[in-house]
Amino acid sequence: MKNRMSVPGIAGTVFTIFMALVWIFPIYWAIVTSLKLESKTMTNPPQWIPIPLTFANYTRVLGESGLFRWYFNSFFTSIITTFLVIVLCALCGFAISQLSFPGKNLLYWLLLAGFMIPGQALIVPLFSMLADFGWVNSYQGLILPQVIAVINIIIYKQFFDSVPVELRDSAIIDGASTLRIFRSIYMPLNMGITWALAIVTFIGIWNNFFWPFLITTSESMMTIPVGITQVTDSFGVQYARTMAMAVLAGLPVVAGYLIFQKRVTEGIMMTAGLKG
Amino acid sequence: MAQPTRQNRKKANETFSVAMKPPRSRRRKLLMWRDAALLIAPFTLLYLVFFIFPTLRVVQLSFTDAPLIGNGNFVGLANYKRLLGDFLFWKSLKNTGYFVLLTVIPNTLFGLMFALMVVRLKRLRSWVLAAFFLPNMLTVSVVTLIWQWLLDSQFGVFNLLLGTKFAVFSNPDWAMPAVAFITIWWTVGFNMLLFIAGLQAIPKEYYEAASIDGATGNQIFFGITWPLLWPITALVLTLQLIAQLKIFDQVWLLTRGGPFNSTIVMLQFVYREAFQNFRGGYASAISIVLFLVIMVASIVQFWILRSGRR
Repeated sequence: MKNRMSVPGIAGTVFTIFMALVWIFPIYWAIVTSLKLESKTMTNPPQWIPIPLTFANYTRVLGESGLFRWYFNSFFTSIITTFLVIVLCALCGFAISQLSFPGKNLLYWLLLAGFMIPGQALIVPLFSMLADFGWVNSYQGLILPQVIAVINIIIYKQFFDSVPVELRDSAIIDGASTLRIFRSIYMPLNMGITWALAIVTFIGIWNNFFWPFLITTSESMMTIPVGITQVTDSFGVQYARTMAMAVLAGLPVVAGYLIFQKRVTEGIMMTAGLKG
Repeated sequence: MAQPTRQNRKKANETFSVAMKPPRSRRRKLLMWRDAALLIAPFTLLYLVFFIFPTLRVVQLSFTDAPLIGNGNFVGLANYKRLLGDFLFWKSLKNTGYFVLLTVIPNTLFGLMFALMVVRLKRLRSWVLAAFFLPNMLTVSVVTLIWQWLLDSQFGVFNLLLGTKFAVFSNPDWAMPAVAFITIWWTVGFNMLLFIAGLQAIPKEYYEAASIDGATGNQIFFGITWPLLWPITALVLTLQLIAQLKIFDQVWLLTRGGPFNSTIVMLQFVYREAFQNFRGGYASAISIVLFLVIMVASIVQFWILRSGRR
């Protein structure tokens, strides 16, 4: 490593800080705009800090738009989907890792094939099927197609493979059932990755735009990412209010990231194919 | 948490085959099958219904004149023939390729650059990392709302500072580069994280040995960092290519494919034919082509990247 106190070292640090500020500026500008009076958003030269500072845009957005409803929809959808993804994928990964049964290889290859086929190519039959079920604008329609997250099975299989088998064998001798072994040995030993996967899954579902955009047409069933695009149309060019809404929409996940930073990073590594 | 090591994994596999493969009795074998069936059933059921079935169905639909909802009549290859003569199809294919060109390699290089910038920091590290990564935590519609405001032709901060009234999203030449730039701003943090992990995995001894030998910064980068980082670079490029070929959200939210279809992309063409023109069969054929494009591009890239390893 080069000495960081050298001239090129300092220049590099200065450039790094400059780039970081450039990169974060759009978020800064959104927050600043949201705290201005509507009339102050259009001044030339632009006002770099909000004077006077006002929270009126936030109260208005919360009062007038369906934001609360979309928060609820996003929260409900993300929680249930994440729970299902974790439980179903862990169970399936456990069976593939620790049990032998006919058709196991076929199942595994079928799951791997899922990586090759992009879900976006399936929207026509998927939507038409859900329409037949009467599931357009429903929580089932929002949730169930998003549970198919095969990568989690692969990750669980890999981690379950590396749990020492002595633990399992002694439990079998003690007469523990398969489910008991799963619950009392395999899951507790892998709680770290479970939290990482759960947080990353939650963020992914919360932020997902495409599927909710297709399957919800009534405003009361929309999630945050889709709902806020409707409000802009009715707000017109009221940028302070629009930015207040953008900030409110982004806040939960950004806050979650800042709290669980390490887990998020770990989860991203694993789902990208790098073991944590 | 048990750290997986090569030894215990190998051991696990050995014992797996010894202890589990030939169960003591027929009864135990059947019990294990039953347990396995119960464990895999919930996911497999959803997988069959929401993935395998639609996969088969989209192929079948592509040979019909089905509307969005319901069956249609078998029309053979008519949808595919029509596709070849459809101006919008070629336009969307070209635009998708252009978008891929504008994003995949720049996004990877920016990710690498930011990673190199972050890993040498000490006290400022977590702040700088957060600055580069935070956009990635925003949902796409928040990203587009923020950038629509920044690039607003009347009161957007860039136009005010430059004293111009440039409406970038209604300019056929600049709309796509703008969408590409916003995509990079949004997603580069993800690539950066992967590169940081890769850089940290390179043993420090290599750098120490190189600096003792008096290697220059360039020699160190191209002699150690770049070759050892190649697997990560290849991974990032692959993930990027597949992700960007499926572009839809940003384009839809920023330009709706316009102006004059200058930003219409393949997935949007699928959406448009299926959900706006209610031509499910035709949209299915486009979906198949999209799938094939992704498949071929991934394979070609795989070969290129493999030879790039040297």
